[in-house]
Formats: sequence, structure tokens, C-alpha cells
Amino acid sequence: MATKFADGEAGGTTTNAQADDSPLIYRTKLPVRIWHWINAWSIFVMLMSGMMIFNAHPQLYWGQYGANLDHPWLVIGNRGTSGFLSVAGIEIPTTGFLGYAQNTANAFPPLVTIPSSYSLAGARQWHFFFAWVLLISATLFMIYNIVSGHLWRDLALNREERSIRHLWHDIKDHARLRFPTGDAARAYNPLQKIAYLGVLFVLIPVVILTGCTMSPTLNAAFPWLAEMFGGRPSARSIHFLCAAGFAAFIVVHLLAVLLAGPLNELRSIITGWYRLPKERVK
Amino acid sequence: MSKDTLIMPPSPSSSFITRRHALVGGAGLLLAGCDQINASPAVQSVLSLGEKATHGAQRLVTDRNALAREFSRADMSPVFRQNGNRNPGTAEYDALAANNFADWTLNVGGMVAQPLRLSLAQLMAAPRRTQITRHDCVEGWSAIGEWSGVPLGLLLRRAGLSSNAKYVVFHCADSTGGAPYYESIDLIDAFHPQTILATHMNGAPLVVGHGAPLRLRVERQLGYKQAKYVMRVEAVASLDSLYGGKGGYWEDHRGYQWFAGI
Repeated sequence: MATKFADGEAGGTTTNAQADDSPLIYRTKLPVRIWHWINAWSIFVMLMSGMMIFNAHPQLYWGQYGANLDHPWLVIGNRGTSGFLSVAGIEIPTTGFLGYAQNTANAFPPLVTIPSSYSLAGARQWHFFFAWVLLISATLFMIYNIVSGHLWRDLALNREERSIRHLWHDIKDHARLRFPTGDAARAYNPLQKIAYLGVLFVLIPVVILTGCTMSPTLNAAFPWLAEMFGGRPSARSIHFLCAAGFAAFIVVHLLAVLLAGPLNELRSIITGWYRLPKERVK
Repeated sequence: MSKDTLIMPPSPSSSFITRRHALVGGAGLLLAGCDQINASPAVQSVLSLGEKATHGAQRLVTDRNALAREFSRADMSPVFRQNGNRNPGTAEYDALAANNFADWTLNVGGMVAQPLRLSLAQLMAAPRRTQITRHDCVEGWSAIGEWSGVPLGLLLRRAGLSSNAKYVVFHCADSTGGAPYYESIDLIDAFHPQTILATHMNGAPLVVGHGAPLRLRVERQLGYKQAKYVMRVEAVASLDSLYGGKGGYWEDHRGYQWFAGI
């Protein structure tokens, strides 16, 4: 992948004119791109069918048991046409978003669920098919990460990036929406690495393990599974929190794509080729 | 969103309404499209591969005799909610209940050498197993309770189960919208030590709301498999000719998975 490398000098004028003479580099390898899209699709289907499954019993508990007459820590409900979210006893009105929306008294409204109208059985079919897609693709990608060196080369934070000072600097840059330019944009930045590592090594494994604890058959064969999370109702709560984590990741991820230049970023995740943003003038 | 809404003059109220209408219209189209995909038989048959893979994988990786965790009395739910049908409400059932099920009998038949006809008193006198387990509903809630009853395997052996039998079917006294409740399990679960026909719950005879006088406990599957008001046990080679052919009320009428291992 030969890349012509332009020198870092840059004027502070229009970015469009400059973009053409910035170097185009091959940044995203094929396995990463394939996994990104398979994973993106399965996460979306899992979130949307998962919200329909949640609609069947829109309450979460901690402990070994939890049903209607016990004490949920989270409830999404409705009183007539008023929807509400209650977390640890604090109630927030959510009419139009949660509890009651689109003239439907579901915790999550038809617009965001699969299927759109109430069907626990239908949602389970979608959820379990894509659970396999997620599990198999994540396993293969994890093997690729280790075998190819992608994990150590591109995702792991180096010694310098691990320093508090460096991270704090990166946080300030993100807060000012100053994204890496020039040579620095060849690699992922530290916060980006942390976000990706968090998805790969925390959210995906925990969501799969807590998902498995929803199975009474697996819980019988592997009792440590549900116990590791403090019981099936606790595991269900953690499963839901992981889903919320995925949703938060997607929001931040898409926002970052929009701010960093959506077309360039899209080209990079589809074709692999990425145009390095021009070096900023100090 | 249509272009017109984006170049509307700055009249906040009207642009808000138009944009909102455009959004709702767009959402409607999106939903209609999604519903069409969901309703496609081809899509549904592909999705059902996931269910088959789950059933196969769970049977493959789990020990067939692994026991569901048993809890102590201190772990039990303070109140075990009643769910599904809470009373068959038929004249026949009411008459049996009025007499404390003294006239009730359980029939064990189908592909067996020696069909059984057992009274509640005979079931109570049979060897029993007591277990405090967690009941996991397909909806997502869980409740821990104590169940006590006759191991199903014991009855099937006593009746001389045919070697051609593949499933055990439970015919129940309750029905929903005219469709009788029934459930079925394979022989792996039928002979599992924790699979019992429970006569007692939490130390007392089953109440009507929990399935009196007899309820199936198949501890490694979800709640809808735990058939209440069991009247007849039938050993069969195939589920195809029974009711809707899918092996259970929820399977036939609502599309739930026959193997409720998750």
C-alpha cells in the first residue's frame, strides 16, 4: 500500500481545496471492515429485538429472584397515556419516548423494536439468530486480533498513551473537538482505543455471558455462570446495562464520525482508504 | 424527511408541525418495511436456524443429567406469583376441585405397555422428590419456590415406556380461547431426576392458581413448559398429529420455541 506522504505544512484556508493533496492511506484492513459491518448489523438487531424482549417484563432486579411482587431497581411503565422511567425509586416522566409513545403502552415504542408490534416470541427468534452471528463473528475477530497482531499494534495503548498526562491531554482535545491530524491520524487515538477495547473486552464478553445466564439449561450445567453475576435477575440487569453501553457507544461513535468527516470515515470503513487530515497550524 | 420541511420559512409552530408530520410519516414507512421483512416466511425460516442451533448446542455442551441449582428455604421468593391460566373454570374441573380432587385421576398412556390410572392419594403415597428451584419465565422474571412430587421417570418406567416413544405429552384441564393447554418434552428431560409431577408447592398441596392438583416441573426449561392442571400423560413417537403439531399451546398459537432452554 504505497502512500504518497505530503509534508505537514498547511495554511489555515479552506479544507476542501486542501483535502485533495493530503495523502490517502490504507488504514483499515479487510477483516476489520468485514467484522465492523457484521457486528454493526447484529448489534442493531440485538438492541432492537432486546428492547422488545424487555417490553415483556419491563422491570429489572438484583439478586436470585425478581418478579412483579418483588422490588425492581428499574421500571419503565405507564399510567394511562403517561409514560415513566423509575430508577432506584426516582421517577422521570418519559411520555412520548418510553412507557407510552406512538399511542402504544410498551416500555420501548414500536419505532425502535423488532418486531414493531408486541411479540415476545418474534423478538426471541431475531435475538437468538443474531446472537449466533454476534458470537461467531466476535470469536473469529478475537482470533484475528491476536494472530494478526492488530490487538497489540493498533488497539493496545502504548506506554506513553497510558500516562495520565497524555490521557488528560487527549480528553481535553476531544472536549474541544480537536481530532488528530497529519501523521497522528494514522493510528487510533487513546480515547478511541479505550472505547474499542471496552467494546471488545468488556461489553461483548459480558453481554454474551449474561445472555447465556438467561438459559436455565446452561445454568444447570454451568452453575458458576449465573452465580458469577449474583443470580439470574442480576445477570439480566447487567445484560440490560451492557445494551445501554452499546447504545451509548453507538451515539458517541457516530458523533465522532460526523465530526471527523463522515465521507472520509465512511470510505475508510468501506474501502479501507483514509485521507489523512491536514496538519493543524499551531 | 422531505426537502420542503428543511427550507420552511422561520415560523416555528408550522415548521415544527410539518417536520413532525414528516418524521411520523417516515417512521410509518420504515415500520411498514420492517413489518414486511418480519412477516416473510423465508426470513422466518432463516431465523429459525438460530433456534435449531441453540437447541443442538445446548444439548451438545451440557451434561444431560446436570441438576438445576437447588436453593435453601431462606432463598425463596416471599410471594411466588401466579401466572398464565389461574383456574381452568370448567364445570368438570370445578366439580373435581370442590371435592378436593378425591375423584381426580391421572392417566398415563400412549406408547406404554401398561397404562396407569392413578388417584391423587396414590400419587401422594409414591416415592417423591422435593426441590427448591428457580422458575424462569420467558418474559424475564424469576421466582424461587419449593416443589414436591413424583419423579416422572418413575411413572414412565412403571408404565413400561415403549422404546419407540420419543416425547412425553402433558394434557391439561385449562384452555385459552377454546384451545386446550398442553406441553411436551423429550425423553432426556422426561427422565431427568428433577423432572417431577408436583403435588405440593412450598410445603402445601398445590393451590388452584398454581395448577392443582398436579403440575409438571421440568427445571431446565422456561416457565411455559411447566404445565399446570395435568390430567393425562401420553407417550408418543411424534408431535405432528397433536393439536397444532408444534408440541405445545404456546408453540402452536404464539410461535414460541418448543425447546425452552433459553
